[in-house]
Amino acid sequence: MTMIFGVPLAVFMGQLTLGLVNGAFYALLSLGLAVIFGLLKIVNFAHGAQYMLGAFAALLGFRYLGINYWLALILVPLVVGGFGMLMERFLLRRIAHLDHLYGLLLTFGLALIFEGTLVNFFGVSGARYTTPEALQGGMNLGFMFLPTYRAWVLVAALTMCLFTWFMIERTRLGAYLRAGTENSQLMQAFGVNVPLLITLTYGFGVALAAFAGVLAAPLYPVSPTMGSSLLIVVFAVVVIGGMGSILGAILTGLGMGVIEGLTKVYYPEASNTVIFLVMILVLMLRPAGLFGKEA
Amino acid sequence: MNTAEAYEANEATDTHSLEMLRVQDLHAFYGESHILHGVNFNVKRGELVTLLGRNGAGRSTTLKSIMNMVGRRTGSIVINGNETLHMKPHHIPRLGIGYCPEERGIFASLDVHENLLLPPTVRSGGMSLDEIYGMFPNLYERRKSQGTRLSGGEQQMLAMARILRTGARLLLLDEITEGLAPVIVQKLAEVLVQLKERGMTIVLVEQNFRFAAPLADRHFVMDHGQIVEEISAAQLPSRREHLNTMLGV
Ligand SMILES: Nc1ncnc2c1ncn2[C@@H]1O[C@H](COP(=O)(O)OP(=O)(O)OP(=O)(O)O)[C@@H](O)[C@H]1O
Ligand SMILES: [Mg+2]
Repeated sequence: MTMIFGVPLAVFMGQLTLGLVNGAFYALLSLGLAVIFGLLKIVNFAHGAQYMLGAFAALLGFRYLGINYWLALILVPLVVGGFGMLMERFLLRRIAHLDHLYGLLLTFGLALIFEGTLVNFFGVSGARYTTPEALQGGMNLGFMFLPTYRAWVLVAALTMCLFTWFMIERTRLGAYLRAGTENSQLMQAFGVNVPLLITLTYGFGVALAAFAGVLAAPLYPVSPTMGSSLLIVVFAVVVIGGMGSILGAILTGLGMGVIEGLTKVYYPEASNTVIFLVMILVLMLRPAGLFGKEA
Repeated sequence: MNTAEAYEANEATDTHSLEMLRVQDLHAFYGESHILHGVNFNVKRGELVTLLGRNGAGRSTTLKSIMNMVGRRTGSIVINGNETLHMKPHHIPRLGIGYCPEERGIFASLDVHENLLLPPTVRSGGMSLDEIYGMFPNLYERRKSQGTRLSGGEQQMLAMARILRTGARLLLLDEITEGLAPVIVQKLAEVLVQLKERGMTIVLVEQNFRFAAPLADRHFVMDHGQIVEEISAAQLPSRREHLNTMLGV
C-alpha cells in the first residue's frame, strides 16, 4: 500500500478531499463577507445565520412544498438574498451613518433572533436532508473512494466563486462595486445610485451564504446553530486572507480547508485550532492579511 | 426626453435658459461647522467662470454643495432651470453635470480604461472614446495600467477625460492644475479652450491665476464662505493689483 509520510494514500486523499470541501465552504462564505464589508464597511455577523437559513429553506421547502434539491439551489439564494435586501433596506440603512460597530451589533442581534426563533420551533438537534439521487454513491478512483456529493460540492462552490470573481472583476456592475468600495461619494457624484448598489450587494453576499447553506444541507445536520460555529472559522479565514481581493478570499478559503484536513491526518488534536494558529502567525507577520493591501 | 431637455426645448429663446447655473443665498454645513455663508453667483450657458480665493475660502465646498456632497445645504441651486436643493445626490449629475474633485478620485482597483468608462452617460452627445484618446494620447498608451499608477498629470487628465465621455454640459473642475508641470498645465489650457468651443459651461476653481486669467469670461472671488467680488475679463487688467492683494499672492 502506498504511504505518504506514514499515512495510507487513501486516508490521506480522503482527508484532503474533506479539507477541500470544507475549504470550498470557507471560500464561499468569506467571499460574501468580503464583498459586503467592502461596500457597506459592515462586518456581517448574520452571515452564519443566513447560511443556516439557506439550509433550512432547502429542508422546509422540500418537506412542505416538495421543492427538490436542484430547484432549491436556485430558488433559496434568491429568496434568502431578497430577504437580505429587505434587511439592508429597512434596518442596516437606518444606521449606515453611525459608527460601523453598530452594524456589527445589529447583524449579530439579528443572527441571534433567527437562530433563537428556529430553535424554538425545531430544537437544536439537526435534521437530515437527503442527498439527491443523482449525487448519491461514489466513484472508486483506484487510490481512493470519492463520494459523488463531495465532488459535486467542490465543483459547484468553485464555479460559484469563479462566477462571483467574474461579475466583480470583469463586468460594469462589478466596476461600480469596486469603485464604490473605494469612494462611494464620488460614485454618487457621477450619477450612480449608490443606495441601490448597496442593497444589491448585500443581497448578493447573503445569497452566496444561502447557496452555501443549500450545498451544505445534505452534508451536515441541518440545525439552527450550524452557522454560528462555522462563522467563527470563516472570520479567521477572512483575517488570514485580508479584505483586499476576491481571488485572495477564494484561495485562502481553500488553502485553510486543506491545512485543516491535513492536520487531521497528522496531528488530529490540533485540527480544530490550526486555522487560529495560522491567523495569529499572519497577524504577527502581515497584519493586513496575505492578500490585503498594506496600509 | 427628461425634464431638463424639455426645458431647453421649450424655452430656448427665453433669457432664463441662457443661464446654466444660478446659486442663491447658499449656506452649507459640515456637521456643526457652518462653511458657506450665503453664496450668490450665476453662470451663463457656454461661459467659463473661475472661483478664486485663498485656501479655505470655501471654493471646493461650493462645488461639493452643488453636487449635494456636503452635510446640509440651504438656499437655492438652479441648474438648467431645475431647483436641485432637494434632489438626491445621484440625480444631480443626470442634469448634465460632470464633477472633477480636488483629490482627483482615480480608482486604484480599476485600470485606466475602466476608470474612463466608469461614470455613466448622463446625456447624449458626449465625446467618443476615440476623440478622448485623441485628446489625451498618454491615456491611450497607459490604458491597461492601474489607475493610481499614473503620474499626477496623467491622473488629472484621466479625471477630466472620464467626465467628457458622459455628455455633461456643465463641468465643475476643482484645482485641475494643482502640482502639475508647466507643459501639462499648458495642455490642460488647450483642452479647456477646445471644450469651450464645443459649447461647454465650465466652473473652474483655481489657485493658478496665470492659467485661469486668459481662459475665463468672469472671475468670482471668495472669502470666508462668500463671494466678495465679481470681475469680468474686460475689467481684469485694471483690477489685477487689487486682485493679487486679495488673493495674497
Ligand atoms: N469635511 C469637512 N468637514 C469639516 N470642515 C471642512 C470639511 N471640508 C472642508 N472644511 C472646512 O471648510 C472650509 C472651506 O474649505 P474648502 O475646501 O471649501 O476650501 P477651498 O476654498 O477649496 O480651499 P483649498 O482647497 O485651497 O484649501 C475650510 O475652513 C475647511 O477647513
Ligand atoms: Mg479646495
